[in-house]
Amino acid sequence: MAVAGDPAPAAPPIAAILKDAALAAIVTFALALPLVGFETIDVSGVGLGLNFRFAAVAIATATVFLGRIGLAAIALGRPIAVLVPSAGVAAAAALGPWPMRTVAWLVAIAAAVLALRAGLALRRLAPGAGAGAAIPARIVGRLRRVAPPLLLALGVAFPFLPFTDQRLLDIAILVVTYVMLGWGLNIVVGLAGLLDLGYVAFYAVGAYTFGLLALNFDVGFWGALPAAGALAAMVGLLLGFPVLRLRGDYLAIVTLGFGEIIRIVLQNWWEVTGGPNGVSNIPRPTFFGLPFKAEPDEGEATFATFLGLDFSPAHRVTFLYFIILAMALIVNAFTRRIRRLPVGRAWEALREDEIACRALGINPTNTKLSAFAIGAMFAGFAGSFFAARQGFISPESFTFIESAVILAIVVLGGMGSQLGIVLAAIVLIGLPEFLRELNQFRMLAFGAGMVAIMVWRPLGLLSHREPTIRLHATGDRA
Amino acid sequence: MTVVPLLSVQHLTMRFGGLVAIDDLSFDAADREITAIIGPNGAGKTTVFNCLTGFYQPTVGRLTLTHGGGTFLLERLEGHRIAKEARVARTFQNIRLFPRMTALENLVVAQHNRLMRASGYTVLGLLGHPGYRRAEREAVELARHWLERTGLADRADRDAGSLPYGAQRRLEIARAMCTRPALLCLDEPAAGLNPRESAELNDLLLAVREEERIGILLIEHDMSVVMGISDHIVVLDYGKRIADGSPRTVRNDPTVIRAYLGEEDDEELPPEVLVDLRGVPPGC
Repeated sequence: MAVAGDPAPAAPPIAAILKDAALAAIVTFALALPLVGFETIDVSGVGLGLNFRFAAVAIATATVFLGRIGLAAIALGRPIAVLVPSAGVAAAAALGPWPMRTVAWLVAIAAAVLALRAGLALRRLAPGAGAGAAIPARIVGRLRRVAPPLLLALGVAFPFLPFTDQRLLDIAILVVTYVMLGWGLNIVVGLAGLLDLGYVAFYAVGAYTFGLLALNFDVGFWGALPAAGALAAMVGLLLGFPVLRLRGDYLAIVTLGFGEIIRIVLQNWWEVTGGPNGVSNIPRPTFFGLPFKAEPDEGEATFATFLGLDFSPAHRVTFLYFIILAMALIVNAFTRRIRRLPVGRAWEALREDEIACRALGINPTNTKLSAFAIGAMFAGFAGSFFAARQGFISPESFTFIESAVILAIVVLGGMGSQLGIVLAAIVLIGLPEFLRELNQFRMLAFGAGMVAIMVWRPLGLLSHREPTIRLHATGDRA
Repeated sequence: MTVVPLLSVQHLTMRFGGLVAIDDLSFDAADREITAIIGPNGAGKTTVFNCLTGFYQPTVGRLTLTHGGGTFLLERLEGHRIAKEARVARTFQNIRLFPRMTALENLVVAQHNRLMRASGYTVLGLLGHPGYRRAEREAVELARHWLERTGLADRADRDAGSLPYGAQRRLEIARAMCTRPALLCLDEPAAGLNPRESAELNDLLLAVREEERIGILLIEHDMSVVMGISDHIVVLDYGKRIADGSPRTVRNDPTVIRAYLGEEDDEELPPEVLVDLRGVPPGC
């Protein structure tokens, strides 16, 4: 392979480049033929038939072939020759009326990445440009300042944007739920450094607390919310006492087991939890006592009648969206604040060095327990919201994969970074929902996204840590 | 009149299975004095520190700390309570800072218990109580004081892990001082320092003793540090005390010299070898 930094040697090794590109194309062809090339279709009356999508395979192979040549050209110091056509292809693929939308999108993304790399290479070649490594740092710095208020504004305005439909809002609710869970787990994993693989257990405790209180005692969402948080925190303390002397991998294994225990208890204690059938008919949250109903009972005021609006199912979804957004923002505000308090600093110190903490008079057990319980409490709140949104909960919803996804959001976001968690949740939860068209390849895309983040940003999307206190005002030193 | 020593170690014994790391060790360390514990590698010096600071539970022995705040039996306290209540601070042989926190944060974390009370165990702090903000300002002032004393003030907002080695050593001492200790235990503070840094360390420790009026317990291999600043030296070998006294007496103590330089060769050799050796003409 040619190495960047020796621009335009006398004779570009065209044969070698073509050979490399052809090899990559063959690999792509071999992979794409079985994965993309065949599609099962429902042939009416006959059953399942096979549909051959050779055009898609050809496009994928050609994309990889040309892209590989483009990469080689960038490495040889000819970014402009790559930038122009790849940007053109990206635009054409994204905007053109192509029959296979998914394929067109993939081509567009590939071309856009190529164009981006060409652009970055161009910038590096330009005279007077800073070192290549300085660019991401500065961009990240600017992103960190601008992004939070922008995202907040977007979050608040989201239900009212012109392109927001019910499906998009549903995805947004899901994403924000995971953002909240990510922020909650971040206290345990990102700040206190306790690897918790069973976080979903507390989510389940919160959900079942509300579900069972509603079922048996007719308690509403708002009444059950504090109970769900308190109970989840209690369960966190109960788990924490025996296991928090463990560290790292050992703690991870025990919490993993604990998560499974909770799920299996929910599944088998059917007298109370309904077993695998779960709990259904969980009431929806009310707006200060006003329900969201299409056909109110005689003399009953609903949200729509009270405000003199026509009933629309969108009201309830929008309301749910704002509940979860508010809860997530509370978690965020709490975390930002507690980081500046002695407990928060002690959590981070504990993550860095437990022995040094003990030598400074910090009680490690209490400090860990507080992180564990507070993280669990937020999961309890989120679980209670989950139950209210779904109206139905069963142990199926609280499997290990949920814990893994939440942990992935925290790790990929950059441990401890609040903004990174938002981005990671959008990438890991939002995109797969968007890409439902990819059907069974959705999880493949999920995995590919994770690998890509770990390759390009091994410390997470945003791994920068903002000090909790400064002696010199920012800007005093670089 | 009898002066109660700051720290009194009596009959301290620490066994790990069959290994006797410390064997019936007794010594006193006076307030406002620098007491050095020296000895060859593996003599049990760090084990003494670990017993004092609660990382190990001594097999036998009594560790009494007496200062204005009362009398504490260290062997009965949990590790974190030794730092919090008995006010014993320590540094580590292999530096144990919080590398991804800034130098200033390291020093603020050291004032955890005081700030914890001021923040109403987090509740008042979350509500933005002014008392907490005042306490935090005081904590930063104390941290600033120690950053200036250790020459780190301009690097206060840098990650502790990114500081050069010598600066990390000084920061660890500053962090220990921020706990407002009555006894400061330093485990090889001069290890890895160049001669100029060692000399600065000597000045710093002498100044700490004079200004803070605390006792310092020091483990050190660097004899220029030990002999230069110690008021009192305890020498250990194989977990036993072999000498105890002023730098001058210890330096001339034959037992100490033997422990450091080994036995004289001919005492160790079997008689027939000695006979052979005598037969060898000089100069060969």
